Amino acid sequence: MDFDALALSLRLAACTALVLLPVGIATARLLAWSRFRGRGLLEAALTVPLVLPPTVLGYYLLSGFDAAAPPARLWHALTGGSLSFSFAGLLLASVIANLPFAVLPMQRAFEGIARNVREAAWCSGLSAWRTLLAIELPLAWPGVLSAMVLTFAHTMGEFGVVLMVGGNIPEETRTLSIAIYDRTQAFDDRAAGIMSAVLLGFSFAVVWSVYLLDARTRGRHG
Amino acid sequence: MLGAVAATPSLTPRRPSRRAAAVTLATGLLATLALAPSSVPAGVGPLVAVAANLTTAAEAIARAFEADTGIAPRLSFGSSGNLARLVMRGAPYELFLSADEDFPRRLQAAGHTLDEGVRYATGALALYLPPGSPVAPPPVSGDSGAAITTALTHPGLRRLAMANPEHAPYGRAARETLEHLKLWRALENRLVLGENVAQSARFALTGDVQAALLPLALALAPELSGGRHVDVPGHWHAPLHQRMVLLKGAGAAARRFHDYMLGPVARAILARHGYGLPPARD
Repeated sequence: MDFDALALSLRLAACTALVLLPVGIATARLLAWSRFRGRGLLEAALTVPLVLPPTVLGYYLLSGFDAAAPPARLWHALTGGSLSFSFAGLLLASVIANLPFAVLPMQRAFEGIARNVREAAWCSGLSAWRTLLAIELPLAWPGVLSAMVLTFAHTMGEFGVVLMVGGNIPEETRTLSIAIYDRTQAFDDRAAGIMSAVLLGFSFAVVWSVYLLDARTRGRHG
Repeated sequence: MLGAVAATPSLTPRRPSRRAAAVTLATGLLATLALAPSSVPAGVGPLVAVAANLTTAAEAIARAFEADTGIAPRLSFGSSGNLARLVMRGAPYELFLSADEDFPRRLQAAGHTLDEGVRYATGALALYLPPGSPVAPPPVSGDSGAAITTALTHPGLRRLAMANPEHAPYGRAARETLEHLKLWRALENRLVLGENVAQSARFALTGDVQAALLPLALALAPELSGGRHVDVPGHWHAPLHQRMVLLKGAGAAARRFHDYMLGPVARAILARHGYGLPPARD
């Protein structure tokens, strides 16, 4: 059992979910309630990582992470670090790959809030922030929680993108899923088996909890 | 209007509700995980990129090194070509154990190394026949070449595993061997190419592969001991001289491991895994 890899995976998953929490809420509200030109385009762009082979995403990220490419140069100017083979690069890749997992459940949840409820809040003189905190989030919380749980779980299991942009570097980019691949190739089936069982149990618990969450919501609202 | 809000059942509780607590708890957990100090302590072992043919040997050497010095090298395995490309892209490896001499030289030409490196071993290729393979020739003494030709032309050979010759030096040697035997064209569409030799060795154990061209070191690995192997004559392919090179940014621990690779303990381990050795240095 590679505990460094487990810790790295947990850290990456938590950071991804935290970054996507505000990003997801803002985007999901926009898509749920606003009608504007290019809305369909934006929706499609956010969903496309869901169906894209990880190698395609990996390829474009690799090009973007190249030290001579503008994104990598900007990052280097800001932090002095590199995007390739670093946790920061992995986090950026993971945020992009997980956009649909965060936005879609939240969008469904915000769409479920009746318009007259929000209108009532405005008429009562609640500020936009108060409306969000006191009205919208309490109504949308199962979707928001589902989004965070799914993002967390999907990041724990991400393999292709991490393999392409991370490069299997111990304690920096060797996540649990990469460590399993690494151990399999080293004939260390015992370690690979233990880590696989951990990920299997974890993923099952996550999906199950999402279903429970969903069932509770349905039970209450309809 | 406010009545509409109040009438929505899930809005009624004004006190901190269980669900608010759940979201807060989840966010708090995530924040704790995200901010938890990275597990990398100061002064960790050197980061070493290792060609996959050394999978078993390098782990044994790393264990011996740790026992002797208390420093545990961190090993990343892959095909030499892929590892070299990672170094080119700026991967923070400190030492590169290649399966050939060409990739270290290319890294040197590109300015990624501290020096021209040093040869630490010479590998050998073997034809591995997994347990129950129908193409396994009867045990022969002496002429291994004839046994290999017999196996590779056997009609029962439907899948032959080897490493990708594009970026794995042992895959290159396997291709040269098949070309030497004038069998490359006949077998080309029956090849199963591993990304590196360790993956090819895994393929050899799937039961769907009747033979594999592998590094002798992997054919000797305990996990593969159920099958048989035949040494491929060394003159059928270009020699598999293996060079290692210290990379820019190599620390003191990486230099120590580099020197350890040339010392008696590592040499004994390499010899046990079937490698030829360069003359000992003083």
